[in-house]
Amino acid sequence: MSTRLPEPAGRLIDRTRTVAFTFDGRSYEGFEGDTIASALYANGVRVLSRSFKYHRPRGVFTMAGRDANTLVQVGPEPSVLADRRPITSGLAVTAQNVFGRAERDFGAALDKLGRFMPAGFYYKAFFKPKGSWAYWERVLRRMAGLGTVDVHTPHGPFDKQYLFADVAVIGAGPAGIAAAVAAAKAGAEVLLIDENPYLGGALAWGREDPDGSRLRALEASVAAYPTLSVMTDTVCNGWFEDNWLALIRENRLSKLRARAVVMAAGCDGQPAVFRNNDLPGVMLGSAAQRLIRLYGVKPGSRAVIVTSGAEGYEVALDLRDAGVEIACLADLRQDPPAAPGDTHFPVIAGAAVRAAVPGRGGAGVGGAEVARLSADGRLGTSIDRFACDLIVTTVGHHPAAQLLCQTGARLRYDDDAQMFRVAGLPETVFAAGSVDGIFGLESTIADGTRAGSAAAAAIGLDAKSSERPQSAPAGEGAPWPIFPHAEGKDFIDFDEDLQVKDILSSYAEGYDGIELVKRFSTVGMGPSQGRHSALTAARILSRAAGTTVDGAGVTTVRPPVGPEKIGHLAGRAFQPVRLTAMHHRHVALAARMMPAGAWMRPAYYGTPGDRDAAIHAEVMAVRENVGLIDVSTLGGIDIRGPEAAEFMNRFYTFAYLKQPVGRARYVLATDIGGVIIDDGVACRFGDEHFYVTTTTSTSDSVYRQMLWYNAQWRLKVDIANVTAAYAAVNIAGPKSRDVLAAIAADVDLSADACPYMGVREGLVAGLPARLLRVGFVGELGYEIHVPASCGEALWDALMEAGAAHGIRPFGVEAQRLLRLEKGHIIIGQDTDGLTFPDEAGMGWAVSVKKPYFVGARSVAIQRARPPQRLLVGFEMAKDDPLPEECHLVVRDDTITGRVTSVALSPVLGKIVGLAYVAPDQAEEGTAISIKLTDGRLVTARVVKPPFYDPEGDRQAL
Amino acid sequence: MPLALLKRALLGSRVKDRQFIWPGDLKKSYDVVIIGGGGHGLAAAYYLAKNHGITDVAVLERGYVGGGNTARNTAIIRSNYLTPEGVRFYDESVRLFQDLSFELDINLMYSQRGHCTLAHTDAAIRTMRWRAEVNKHLGVNSELVLRDDLAKQVPLLDMSEDVRLPILGALFHPPGSIARHDAVAWGYGGLASHRGVEIHQRTEVTGIEVEDGKVTAVQTNRGRVACGRVLQAVAGNSSEVARMAGIRLPITSIPLQACVSQPLKPFLDPIIVSGSLHVYVSQTPRGELVMGGSTDPYPLYQTRSTLEFKEELMMHLLELFPFLSEVKLLRQWAGTADMTPDFSPVMGETPIRNYYIDAGWGTWGFKATPVSGKRMAETVATGKVPDLIEGFRLSRFTEFDLVGEKGAASVGH
Repeated sequence: MSTRLPEPAGRLIDRTRTVAFTFDGRSYEGFEGDTIASALYANGVRVLSRSFKYHRPRGVFTMAGRDANTLVQVGPEPSVLADRRPITSGLAVTAQNVFGRAERDFGAALDKLGRFMPAGFYYKAFFKPKGSWAYWERVLRRMAGLGTVDVHTPHGPFDKQYLFADVAVIGAGPAGIAAAVAAAKAGAEVLLIDENPYLGGALAWGREDPDGSRLRALEASVAAYPTLSVMTDTVCNGWFEDNWLALIRENRLSKLRARAVVMAAGCDGQPAVFRNNDLPGVMLGSAAQRLIRLYGVKPGSRAVIVTSGAEGYEVALDLRDAGVEIACLADLRQDPPAAPGDTHFPVIAGAAVRAAVPGRGGAGVGGAEVARLSADGRLGTSIDRFACDLIVTTVGHHPAAQLLCQTGARLRYDDDAQMFRVAGLPETVFAAGSVDGIFGLESTIADGTRAGSAAAAAIGLDAKSSERPQSAPAGEGAPWPIFPHAEGKDFIDFDEDLQVKDILSSYAEGYDGIELVKRFSTVGMGPSQGRHSALTAARILSRAAGTTVDGAGVTTVRPPVGPEKIGHLAGRAFQPVRLTAMHHRHVALAARMMPAGAWMRPAYYGTPGDRDAAIHAEVMAVRENVGLIDVSTLGGIDIRGPEAAEFMNRFYTFAYLKQPVGRARYVLATDIGGVIIDDGVACRFGDEHFYVTTTTSTSDSVYRQMLWYNAQWRLKVDIANVTAAYAAVNIAGPKSRDVLAAIAADVDLSADACPYMGVREGLVAGLPARLLRVGFVGELGYEIHVPASCGEALWDALMEAGAAHGIRPFGVEAQRLLRLEKGHIIIGQDTDGLTFPDEAGMGWAVSVKKPYFVGARSVAIQRARPPQRLLVGFEMAKDDPLPEECHLVVRDDTITGRVTSVALSPVLGKIVGLAYVAPDQAEEGTAISIKLTDGRLVTARVVKPPFYDPEGDRQAL
Repeated sequence: MPLALLKRALLGSRVKDRQFIWPGDLKKSYDVVIIGGGGHGLAAAYYLAKNHGITDVAVLERGYVGGGNTARNTAIIRSNYLTPEGVRFYDESVRLFQDLSFELDINLMYSQRGHCTLAHTDAAIRTMRWRAEVNKHLGVNSELVLRDDLAKQVPLLDMSEDVRLPILGALFHPPGSIARHDAVAWGYGGLASHRGVEIHQRTEVTGIEVEDGKVTAVQTNRGRVACGRVLQAVAGNSSEVARMAGIRLPITSIPLQACVSQPLKPFLDPIIVSGSLHVYVSQTPRGELVMGGSTDPYPLYQTRSTLEFKEELMMHLLELFPFLSEVKLLRQWAGTADMTPDFSPVMGETPIRNYYIDAGWGTWGFKATPVSGKRMAETVATGKVPDLIEGFRLSRFTEFDLVGEKGAASVGH
């Protein structure tokens, strides 16, 4: 069955190209340019979806992608707007929220139970007796939701773009076009944005431009300005601070920064409320006009029209011209002005539709009951019945002001226009056209010109200002197009299946304001976000509460305006990974890489199956011969300037004023609360130059803190984060000096010239290097820092020079074990978010002589009171069950601490670890109980670290 | 068909079924004034009336009941904290929640979904084990689950090793739940109002009168109200209100945003959290995905939304659930998180006599509504601070006796 109209109806469709698609498994054909909804309508399919709660049949309502009635599933994509999505060949569309098909939904039985499901019914039931909720929850959860998620959906190709404009204009109807042209005329670079695939807004489907000349003129004016760009098919989904706009077109999110914005998004026609006003076949006048002019689809064969003003007559004429018989036009006004001369259809003044009568099968309109209105707006009891398959309504508007409200503007009810108007716009945001209550073609164009000029003036361009024009009467809305029915089904919110009584009962229960009514009844919380329910809810609440409509008000508007996909927001996932200069060497050596802050580091060299053996071999290489580890990921910060030492002295806890040039010193940083946040070493390469290392994950935050503090201290220093500028390795083990000496001939590495904690600059393998003789792993060792570009060369030179000495690269896992044997702590592992230096045994690194360092006051207070816990070493026999890190230390069922580091030491032949314990457990030799995952307690003995080489002879070689 | 619905349909709603009884004018004085008609303030009012027989109480609310952070949180309830103080406290809250629909005679749709905090790094695995061990030791059901078991438990997760931060394991906490957050405030407020507590909406406190170190009255936009005791429960605005009483709080207020998807047929059972990726997500009884991330990067007293928040959150969400890219967002919003230095709340006495405080609720306020209400009511009624909340006293910040819960925060800060 085709209901296509002859041209010129159907401006968007190409009748030469047919497109085949399926809906609920049945095949249909439409034309290119059709939306899913228009193609189905042309095929006589009226039911597109089932409602959220009662599974009532729903169909076209706005034909503009602004209601939830047309939400369908398209393949893996849930909740697609069928009246916006074009059909493509082979598109497989299915209905959502149905048990069966849209046409025949077994869930529809719920409709009969509506009486038992008033607003908030689920708050009142299902939880008594105790335990029953568990059952009902499962039942209700099965009923929830609309679309379906396909867990095999691939991550689609989404991307992002940045855009800039002097003036952004949202909405390319007459007002928006006029605004864009006016701004462009004043010299602004303008971006004109519209969600539709065409320009002109209502002009493209309304009756105001019978021969299309006005629209062509507007299109020509847009084309005349090279500085005016147009984006159609683009939804502006959010306004954020400083005119930061989110635009969505196909799979791209464009982020637009505009100096000024004109919002000309139009308005949403509002439903009339009567019994069965949700039936497929009840639609807005604008929806019927869109079907006719955009898609060439005849909306029905016999129509009843309800209107509150001239708009309904225009729709009636459009319908008549399309061959639809007009059964009657019910004009809510008691005394309407004379209708246009050639109406020739029955007009009943002072009347309204009391109920839509379901047609055969119940899934569409079969007739309308029209009743007279009394002077006080009540419906009389005598009824005229009209057979019809279409009921169209034009009873008022609500501004599409979501974006304007996001700027902080408020909606205030205008009792003259019977609609909400926008108030309180920020300085660079302007509203134009019907979004602000200006109707009529000439008026909206004039208003657009005014707003466009004002936007141009707001950014300093020379533009003439003008007064707001008067609105034409076309927008007349009824003050109360709400006709509750004794038997209900008088819907005020289609998304949520809410009826008049639901608002009334919510109020009666004590939900006394619009925000509470919304939250209790869920009015406006569905996918269309209250576009068609906010005004009605405000009106009903105002009468119930005895306030004005403005006093009842509307709820806060939040982004996004329309649906946006998670993929749009995510874009191409951009998660930078930092790789060291030697990364590819590690990979070539079969390193198992692990994330470390922003970096990747070798955990160990080998396969997961050989993990323990690999780590063991790496440890033994360092202890017996020589090992090499990439430490490029450690932060490196250069502090230079006459007050560099003073800066160090304030930022870190130790003393640095007298640190000799050529020496390294341990650094420990605390925050203002005295909590340890970082450690490293400070190398003094000159009187005015310190090079400080940080831990891998803190380099950025420490650098930031340094800048932040010096913004207050104003010390004469330059602080540079050179982490990425250097590649660094630590070569460690008894043979490390031999290896290094072979390639650093001009550096005196002797113990006298370069002692433990000595630093030098020189050439290593011909590369300019900073040499730090430090020892995290407890052996003779050197950190060698070279420019990052030389990292691989350094690595290769050391590996080659070390080959004869059995050199072996080692990873983070071996390093952790080596340093544990040595009793060195790792910040963040052996400390936590509340660790004071003394608790971690780091009191020695806190200078008590200097007047200040960050956290000094807190550390002093902390020191004045007895400690709460202490970090101690402990050991266990080799064969004891191996505790894991963060197992608890318990005493008499009280938690006294936890294990922070633990491992079986291959060198020592026993389990060693670090743990927090109560102060009275810290004595050497104390037995502590560690609780394993399975609840077993094991005993460990407190010992004083280091476990390995306690005198430090090996690193001082 | 449950009987309750039949009865209502046949008999209609009666006065005693009304959720709220609203008062008339403000009186000149009350025994107790509660500043803030959110979940915490209303719960305290309810327990004052029910447990302690104190009904000469006014709750003063600037906006509407439950309209602040009670309305803006993501409704997650759990007790898998890190410190013994935290675990005990939130455990009592979980236990109160479990019977709360009954107690308040309103279906809170309390839904025990299990709470799963993912670990992507060694460090996170250690923290999860720490929390699991502390939890178990105190009788709270939590366990560290490693990769392979997790893949079986939550098969929807992308367990690939080819992502930036592969999932190594998770802290699984079976009691983790969600509930209808608004209904908690309505339940407490409603029953409190039936017991005679006056809840005054649209009543803003503009000043606090203190004489000889003791609070005597509050000034409001509707006039002065004398009072014996005051409880401040204004999450998101704690510093500003306390300042009126001359109290400085170590609190930084930072926006915390969240968002919700369009309704979907249920597919996600547990609550999934990733601290490293700054994501948490659960699916409500309506089928919507409720999602949140880290707090904003700067302090602000404004509940605006940002685009950047959504972009970052969704990028990370797709790391966990790549198949969600076609799902659509419905709405985003923001609340204000009152962050304390140790990520624990502030409850109990203040330097001003008879002025009690319930603050510092950061990102963990909703889940504590019943217990904080009950224990603050006890504090206000008896003048004695219960042991359970003693650790959260305001003076801990000057005594350096903090309750460090940063490691148990859901997301980064």
